Order: sequence, then structure tokens, then C-alpha cells
Amino acid sequence: MSLPRPQDVVERGLAAAGGEPCVVIVDESHEAEVRFANNTTTTNGRRRDRRVVVVRVCEVDGGVAAGVASASGDVDLDEMVAAAEADARSSPPSPDAFPLVAGSAEAAFDEPPGEGDLGAFAPVLDGLAEAFDRAAGSDQVLSGFAEHQMDTTYLGTSTGLRRRHLQPTGAVQLVARSTDGARSAWAADATADLSHADVATLDARLASRLEWARRSVSLDEGRYEVVLPPDSVADLMVDLVNYSGGQDAEEGRTVFSAEGGKTRVGDRLSEVPFSLYGDPAEPGIECAPFLVVGASSSEASVFDNGVDVGRAAWVEDGRLANLRYHRAGAARSKVRFVAPVDNLVLELDGAVGSTEDLVAHTERGLLLTCLWYIREVDPKTLLLTGLTRDGVYLVEGGEVVGAVNNFRFNESPVDLLARTLEAGASVRALGREFGEWVNRSRMPPLRVADFNMSSISAAS
Amino acid sequence: MTVTPAHPFEVPPGLSDAVLERARRAGCEHAELRVERIRSQAVALRDGELETAADDVESGMGLRVVRDGAIGFSATVGRDQAGAAALVDEALEMASVAARATRARVELAEEPGHGEVEWQSPFRRDPATVVLADKVSLLADWSARVAAAPGIDHVSASVLAVTEDKFLADLAGTVARQRRVRVHPRLEAVALGEGGDFETMRTLGPPAGRGWEYLEGDGWDWDAELAALPGLLTDKLAAPSVVAGRFDLVIAPTNLWLTIHESIGHATELDRALGYEAAYAGTSFATFDQLGSLHYGSPALNITGDRTVEHGLATVAIYDEGVEGQRFDLVRGGTLVGYQLDRAIASATGLGRSNGCAFADSPLHIPIQRMANVSLAAAPGGPSTDELIGRVSDGIFIEGDKSWSIDMQRYNFQFTGQRFFAIKDGELAGQLRDVAYQATTTDFWGALEAVGGEATYLLGGAFNCGKGQPGQVAPVSHGCPSALVRGVRVLNTREESGR
Repeated sequence: MSLPRPQDVVERGLAAAGGEPCVVIVDESHEAEVRFANNTTTTNGRRRDRRVVVVRVCEVDGGVAAGVASASGDVDLDEMVAAAEADARSSPPSPDAFPLVAGSAEAAFDEPPGEGDLGAFAPVLDGLAEAFDRAAGSDQVLSGFAEHQMDTTYLGTSTGLRRRHLQPTGAVQLVARSTDGARSAWAADATADLSHADVATLDARLASRLEWARRSVSLDEGRYEVVLPPDSVADLMVDLVNYSGGQDAEEGRTVFSAEGGKTRVGDRLSEVPFSLYGDPAEPGIECAPFLVVGASSSEASVFDNGVDVGRAAWVEDGRLANLRYHRAGAARSKVRFVAPVDNLVLELDGAVGSTEDLVAHTERGLLLTCLWYIREVDPKTLLLTGLTRDGVYLVEGGEVVGAVNNFRFNESPVDLLARTLEAGASVRALGREFGEWVNRSRMPPLRVADFNMSSISAAS
Repeated sequence: MTVTPAHPFEVPPGLSDAVLERARRAGCEHAELRVERIRSQAVALRDGELETAADDVESGMGLRVVRDGAIGFSATVGRDQAGAAALVDEALEMASVAARATRARVELAEEPGHGEVEWQSPFRRDPATVVLADKVSLLADWSARVAAAPGIDHVSASVLAVTEDKFLADLAGTVARQRRVRVHPRLEAVALGEGGDFETMRTLGPPAGRGWEYLEGDGWDWDAELAALPGLLTDKLAAPSVVAGRFDLVIAPTNLWLTIHESIGHATELDRALGYEAAYAGTSFATFDQLGSLHYGSPALNITGDRTVEHGLATVAIYDEGVEGQRFDLVRGGTLVGYQLDRAIASATGLGRSNGCAFADSPLHIPIQRMANVSLAAAPGGPSTDELIGRVSDGIFIEGDKSWSIDMQRYNFQFTGQRFFAIKDGELAGQLRDVAYQATTTDFWGALEAVGGEATYLLGGAFNCGKGQPGQVAPVSHGCPSALVRGVRVLNTREESGR
């Protein structure tokens, strides 16, 4: 199917609005993936997607309102703009209303969308084919997923702004299990370029962990010192940021609430001077330098489309630095607006060392290679529950001495930062739970005291 | 964007014939074309102000082929002839690329062609035809009613509505045109207490395969629920914190549906049991070798998979692999007797015909094995909820779902809820706070002493059951009666946080 140029869609949409306040976003996406299990490929697919969002802003009784229409494919822009305008005119004033972002056309706006390349899968599949054969010969089965996506976003406003961003995203995940199901391990790599994914290295890491699991140890529930590799840390930090809405905190309903409608911004969360932030220019995990919002919420606004995104500090020097607001909310609360970023970094300045180094510093504890099914239990403390999966190991005298049964944990990522004993150097990470949505993160391994293992899970 | 009947869902004439013929000539053993339009609306108010109004129309087509035992899938947002023809070539290319690492042939279980099928779920008013102002007005009215009550500090109200049009044609000769409508209204209130304390409570009305009439009282008494909610919430805020321990639980269907979903619905998906979800959603303790012998629970446990129940979120006439919707047993008298199957799994295990458990949440996604409406049968002429409570001397009555989590093999689960009432000597004795229950699946269902009668039965469910890579979400319902489960571990969530 031949679709019109995305830039033309933007211009036609803005023209359909007749110069009235309007935002048009076109997201062009090319995706491909290979899924595998039991040492063979299973569901393999590719798709071309185009999503168009029209935001129409109108004056209504008592203020300004936005109407939003989104659709896929070769859309009827006149119809979309009319529908968005009708919704705006029939709506009450928007609490997130703010002047549209003004600007000019950046040079890259005229460039075409990025294309997907099925050829990038060839080395991954060749690597998998070798890994499948090795696994089959050593009483193991491999499962996993390889994906690559090329998103190109075009954004235009009736105030002159024209922006474009090209975002490649990719990942390879592998799980190895012994055929009797008694031992399993997970490893993953996130990468913008799938041809850089090294299946052989991942496979070797899994083989090593399955060897660790040849000795199994049964432990009871309780509080343990743990080593969290960067992938596990990523999953916990994602939730910390997810639940950092400023309005929610002011209304007294989150862990970041203080009495009297205040928030805990400025409070020390940890004696360890961590920084938790997003930055579109972060090397290796670069992402969009402007905001794209398809629907408003208490923390994000369609009025903020196109606003510059810079470094967003959520925790600085161990203190809560900022909460998430849209521009109107930040103005109402008289706080600095900090635009959210499509990546996340936890860092301790000057920290060195790897997961293996932290294991070496552990007298007795557990190595939790990945976490799973993480859900909020109590917003007052941001208590999360979840499980260990595919690799929990007992560390004694600085060495892994065997695999341990799985556990259910009940823990708060906020409290966890306060109980950190040691942090290593931050590296690219991919959370098992949230990696699909937060592909770009850099996290350190952490050694944490008194991690609450609430009960044993019989899963293996 | 309000889509009116002036925009019917149409598939270009001859499009599917051309695609399927091209696939047949290319030597495909199987090919199915889906052409879809999915209209979704999300409207949310916060303290009476319109916070979110998202209105989306997703359309496109996806082709899945099987050639030489390898699967290929390709999809595009277009619905034209040229794009459809290209899909065949692209799907075959995908199958060829994947074949580099394909070590086992895919075969699909036989399914007869069903000819021309037209079907739609029962609804009176398509929510896509309701203008935004009317949606906002209704939610604003709900919000105002609850916010006016003493002790209520904040109110959030929302509705999600989906109208799904799906055309499916396959090489076996099935040509199905189907429409499903579903809605999920919710309201949550917040009450603040002393010293930074607070509690929340949400309406218990489940999502349903119904139209806008559901929000106007057809199928659920929203007026009664909204009237009762503020008092229940302020009572909860003043309630004592639970003392952790083992308790007999009487669980209402508004909570139990989710426990069924996680511990039985997913555990009886045979793709999981065979390891096909090992990298993501997980496997299952209910392994294939235990079919017919696994003691899943007590004799009171009778579970069916069902694509036919009225207003069910996973109810449909023809599912996404061209398979007719069916009703089948999964657990009978406490013993595992069946699994949910798609066509590839049914073939690989020699179980015969698929029972129709394949679904794609988008025209751009490949169908994967997905859950039917998995439900717990009521006891014919069985007890009322009050009678179940009457059997308990020291326990807890639980209503409404909230937090949920279960392990990768569906053994260890933990759930919270919206309301917890102490049971003392067979009677409710006020609310409790900070409750979570935790168990191993077979222990929990093994301790199922009794289920309620038909009068306690309710169809719960969710829009957002997640599975697969890339991630897909599926709507699914779970019917169940109230149930009495003995000796379940109850945690105090405040103590769990170490505070």
C-alpha cells in the first residue's frame, strides 16, 4: 500500500484545521520479530504501522479544551480534524490547558522514515540455530524472542513547530532450561542494532548459570542480603518513576506525599548519593529530545507535544528531586516542569565494579538474576510484590555455591535505595518485567540488605 | 471521535479471494487473512474534571501462512488489493527467514470450513456512537454523587469502550464477519485520614460484553453501588489493620474471578504447559503428563472453558484461526481433564480438534493461544453467600479485586482486594485493612470446601490480559459463585513493608 509522505500528512492535517490551534503527529513504524521455544522458531512476524494523532484546541466556556482523534493507516484528515474539533467544543475546559509549543521546522523534518531490515535477523538466527543444536545436544531447551523496531515520529503544530525523531529499538532474550525443568536461566541484551546482538555470549552466560544450578539449596522465606544485577534493578526503578506523579503526591495518595498537600521533594531517600534520571542524550540509549503525547493524564498533556526534553532528574544525590507533572500542573503547583524521558539511568558517581564484583563482596546472600510479575500492593509505601524467576543463587564467601528455590518478595523500591550496601558501575540493562516498555536503561548492580522474601514459590 | 453508522466496516470485494488464491498457489498449507477495525475510547475524569479523552480507530489486515512447516506473518495498516498481495510475499519471506532456525514443523489441527458466518455480540447501543459530551456527563454525575458524601476527598471515574469489527477468511472456506462490543466503567474514591493515612475503594461492577446501556443500569445496579461506596470507604479507613495468620475465606465473585484467571485460566493453557511461553508468560505446573490425574482442587472445583456465554468478553462465534467457538471442561470434580488449545498445539499433542483458543489483539499481530472465558461452576441449589459466611467462625469475607501476582509456573499467588470484612461466629463483624492472601494454587483449590449456588454467580473479567511477545492484551471473562476456602495464609501488607 502506498501511503502519503508523513510530512504531507502533518501539513494536510494542520491545513484542515485552517490555521486554528492544532497538533498533528505521525508515527511510522516497521517491526519484525522472531519468537522461539523448545529449540525451534514459533511465531514470526513483521508489520508496517502508521498512527496519526490529531489534537485540536478550541476555546470553550470558561477556558480552553482539547479534542483528540487517532487512527491508523491512510486516514481521512478532514474527518479526524472535524471529529477532534467537535470533541473539543463539547468538552469542559481542560485542566492541562497550556499554550501550544511554538517553534520552527528542524532540517531533519523533511527526511524519510526509517526502514526495517529483515536482513538484520540473519546473524541472530544463525546464532540461534547453533545454540539450538548445542542445547539439544546437552539436554537443554532454549526459548526466547528477538525483535527490532524502527519508529519515525513526525510532529507539527499550528504554531510552526516541525520535528522528527528516528528511534531504533531492539532486543534479544534467551531462556535456557534443562529438559527436566529443574534448572533455568535468563539473559538478554537490548540494542538499537540487532546485528550487534551476540547470541553466543548470551548462550554462554546461560550455560554458566545452568552449571551453577547443578547444586540446589532449599532456603526458607525471610529477609536476605541480595545482589541485584542491573536488569533486576531496572524493573524496580521503572516502578519508582511510574508512581511519581506530582498531583497524586499532592493529593496525599502516594509514597511521595507529605502532610498538608505537600510532597516529599527534597527528602533524602537514601544515604547513598544516587542519581536517578532520564536524558535523551545519554550515550548508547539516546531517545527523543521532544515530547510526544497521544492522550492526556494527570502527568502528561497533549498540550505539551513538541516541548524540549532534557535531563530529567528524579533522584539527585540520594534526595527526591522532582515529580512528574504536565506543564499546566507544574505551573499550578509552582514547581519546575520536568519533561519525562524515554530512558532511565540509575547511577552512583564514581562507582565501579560489576555484578560479579558485588557477588565477590557478599559473605552470604542471594543473587537475583531476574524479577517477575511485579505489582503494586500498597501505594502508601510503594510496596511491590513480585517473584524471582529463572535463576536465584546462593552466594557464600563471595562465590555462587548453588541455585536456590524461587521466592515471592514484598519490597518497596524506595526503601530498597535506603538499604543499599554497595553499588557497581551502571551498564545497559533490560528488565525482564518492564523491558518491553522501557528498552533503554542503564543501571548498576546493587547489593541490598534485608530484602523481604515473603514466601517460597514452588515454581522451577 | 464518534464513529456513526455512516461509516460501516467494509472489506473490498474480492480482496480475500485474491490473497488466499495467491497463498494457495505459493504452496501454503494454511493461510488466513484478518481484516479489522477496532474503535477504542477512553474517557477519564478526576474530581469531576475531564482528564483523558482518547479516541482511536485501528485498522489494517494481517496474513498468517504456514508453508513447509514454518509460520510467516505479515501485516499492514492498509486494506487495499495491492497491499494484500504484498502481504503474501512478505509473510512467505518471513517464514523463509525464520526457517534458518526452525527445527520442528508446524502442523495445524484440522478444522472444517464454516462457510459464510455473520455474528455480533449482544448490545443495544454501540458506545462508539455515544458522543463524548454524553460520556463526560454521565461520569461527571457519578463523580458528583460520590464526592458529595462526607469523608470523600477525591474521585476518579472512567470508561473504556471497544467496538471490534473483524473479517476472517481462510483456505478452508470460512468467511466470518463479526462484531464485538465491550465496556468497562469504573469509579474510585479516595479518603484521607490522619497523619498521611489514606484508603481507596473502587466500584465492583465488572467489564462486560455489553453496550452503553450497561452504564445506564442494564446488567449492573450502578446507582446502588455508588450510593453505598462512600460509607464503605470511610468505614475501611477507620477499620483495624488485620492480624496476619491463617483464616477461612469467603470470597465473592468480584474477587475470585481474578484468582481463577491467574491460577486456572493461564495454568490450563497447553502452550504454557508445553514450554512455548517459557521465555515470557511462563510455563505451568499442570504439565501435560498429568492430564486426567492431577488433583487440581477439591471435588467442588468444576471449571469450563467457554466461548459461548452471553456477554462474555472472550465470547465469539469463530475464533482467530477459523475455529468455531466451543464450551469444554478443564477441571471436573477437582481433576484436570482438559486444556485450552490452539490448532498447532492440538495437532502437536494429538488431542484432535482445537477448542478455539487463539486470538490476536490487533490486525497487526499474529494470533497466539489465548484464554477462553474460564469459569467455576456454581453448585446447583447451593448455598447463598450469607450461608457460606455462616459456616465460618473466624475468617474474612473478601470483595473486589485489586493487586495480583503469580509465579511463572502458576503456583504461588498473592492477591489483595477492595473490601475485607472480619467474620466472627458466622457473621460479618466490620471491615479490616491491609489484607493480602497468599497461597499455592493446588493447596488453595484443595481447601475449597464449598461453592455458592447459582444466585451468587457473577461474570467478572478484564480487558487487559497480557501474554506473548510482542505483548498482546485480550479481553476475557470469568464466571464464578461465592466460595468458601479454609485455612488460607493472610498477610498484613503494612508489616510486609517493614513499617
